[in-house]
Amino acid sequence: MSEQDVTVPAADESARVEQVAKPADKKRGGLLKGATGRNLGLVIALLALCIFGVITAGERFASIDNLLTILRLASIFGVVSIGMTFVITGGGIDLSVGSVIGLSSVWASTLATQSMAEDFHWIIMVLCALGVGLGAGLINGVLIAYGKVVAFIATLAMLVAARGLAEIIANRQTQVVKVDGFLDFFRSSPIGVPMLVWIFAVVSVAGWVLLNRTTFGRRTIAVGGNPEAARLAGIKVKRHTMYLYALAGLTAGIGGVMMLGRTTAGSSTNGQLYELDAIAAVVVGGTLLIGGRGTIVGTVLGVLIFATLRNVFTQNNLSISAQAIAMGVIIVVAVLLQQRIAERSRAGT
Amino acid sequence: MSTAMRRKWLAAAGTAAALALVVGCTSNTPEAEDTGEAQAPAAAATGNDEPGDKVVIGFSAPAADHGWMGSITKSAVAEAGKYEDVELVQAEATNDVNLQISQIEQFINDGVDAIVLLPFDGAALTEVAIKAMQAGIVVINVDREFEDPDAARTTVLGDNYGMGVSAGAYICGELGGKADAKVAEIAGIDSLPLTQDRSQGFEDALAACGLEVSNRVAADFTVQGGESAAANLLQAAPQLDAIWNHDDDQGVGVMAAIENAGRDEFIMVGGAGSKNVMEAIKADDSVLKATVIYPSTQAADGIKLARLLVQGKSMSDLVEVEVPRTVQLYAPVVTKENVDQYLPTAFES
Repeated sequence: MSEQDVTVPAADESARVEQVAKPADKKRGGLLKGATGRNLGLVIALLALCIFGVITAGERFASIDNLLTILRLASIFGVVSIGMTFVITGGGIDLSVGSVIGLSSVWASTLATQSMAEDFHWIIMVLCALGVGLGAGLINGVLIAYGKVVAFIATLAMLVAARGLAEIIANRQTQVVKVDGFLDFFRSSPIGVPMLVWIFAVVSVAGWVLLNRTTFGRRTIAVGGNPEAARLAGIKVKRHTMYLYALAGLTAGIGGVMMLGRTTAGSSTNGQLYELDAIAAVVVGGTLLIGGRGTIVGTVLGVLIFATLRNVFTQNNLSISAQAIAMGVIIVVAVLLQQRIAERSRAGT
Repeated sequence: MSTAMRRKWLAAAGTAAALALVVGCTSNTPEAEDTGEAQAPAAAATGNDEPGDKVVIGFSAPAADHGWMGSITKSAVAEAGKYEDVELVQAEATNDVNLQISQIEQFINDGVDAIVLLPFDGAALTEVAIKAMQAGIVVINVDREFEDPDAARTTVLGDNYGMGVSAGAYICGELGGKADAKVAEIAGIDSLPLTQDRSQGFEDALAACGLEVSNRVAADFTVQGGESAAANLLQAAPQLDAIWNHDDDQGVGVMAAIENAGRDEFIMVGGAGSKNVMEAIKADDSVLKATVIYPSTQAADGIKLARLLVQGKSMSDLVEVEVPRTVQLYAPVVTKENVDQYLPTAFES
């Protein structure tokens, strides 16, 4: 079947997209309880963690200050996880986000960028970081969609290359941010909530709307579930795949800006291993690693679970190596528990 | 018992046996010699060691990805354990500045008395350290310096430039007046300022006796990195008179490469001061003739100083009433003659 066959009027196209997305939707329809069940499982896990925290650390854990500490920790890799949710839902993977955080934080804090920001407005630093993230994501997307390079390899190459470029730009030194407007913005906390947490909230809501309420989201699910069927339905699969990686790059760029705001310094070592944290949060959240199903709510819960875990561990002064083992065990238990609950609710219908 | 049942039992028994075997094999503690080491540097007991008010100390350091860093945490914990009035709260060891910042925020929330902090990146942790100081917490900065002197009450530092000078001066002394002597240098991670300081000191000390570095390679503080860097170096330089290797952890790999190449026409000086290198110096049966110490007990000193500061005591061997602002440690050369003096504080790599 040639491409021409698939060129259909726009109105018709969205109807077809609906059709392609349907099989997945139908499965989800049967699983509707399953989807809520999965999230319910995560909420229960999070609550259990909090109860454990309150029992073991009491008011130290339950204080507002501590809650904000957890949220601040969660916000950077939370934003990156939202972008990762789209890529994974679309059947791909992006290993480069951590390096792109490092690269964008370095690029946005060079002397040149900073002096430009001093002359015009600090927003230049933000735009620079977002541009770098978007650019890296686009390169990934083009390589994967049009160059037919496997996502794992293309983004692995970006992981290495972006880190190297960041080292060259920074001359392997830490670049301290001295632009007051930028620092003041990220130090502020409107209505008592730190700016980083606001950004995480806005990105999460935007991600939810994009995935669940727009054609873009439905196309993402269709492309991840069955690319061939999606193509036959008139979705430009290649272009859409490219968009997904660009989106992940953009969230990594946002993460880079947040990193700059939080640490007041750009360094090529920023964001190391964030790709693994993000993938873990997305998968624990219930997004299918093979694509075709994604949940932003689940991802946010996954992110919060990991951040809370770290906090509870430190509160209880557990030995460092024991913490790492416990973390691994909890990932496996969380996923097993989710599957159980999902199966049970499927059996119930 | 059915076949299936028996199979299950067999599988279970097999797993249990394998587990028992694995668990039995994990111990790394040498049977006898370990006991002496723990309380080895038996400093003369002073009035300062008398139990005083209870002190809660928060401790955070980068991931123990090489022997020296592992020893930093181990010796800090051991030091805290000697005092019944010290309660040490340990945070997860991490190379992620975002997580390390949140650990310090948590310490501030918890209202600890003091924080001993070896930051992954001094600049990135400066702001949160200032916050801790403003909250009335005594902050002790270890090894990697903050951007701002107000961020710490006291700083404990090694002497990287001095290490290079000590190594260079020793090699000058050994090679005597040999004018065209070939001296090679195997550096650690080139991007770190500490590596640049060490190399600068080495260059300056060699210049004083008319020598220069003829071959320079950089590894990454790991055994495999040291092996490949040294193998390349030996290939490139058919005849050498001396080698200075910055780090004894990577030195394990360097020695392996030297043995593989069957070379022994030169002398080698190590760096940092690991236990196995000191034992090799003592045995005097290899090219290793000396090492330069970079104390891995810095954080342990930080714990001691934090306790003194919180309890309002002074350093008993100084006339000064207050604990000093900066304590810089010395980088002595360890040779066969004085090795016994330093062996007790050497770290296991």
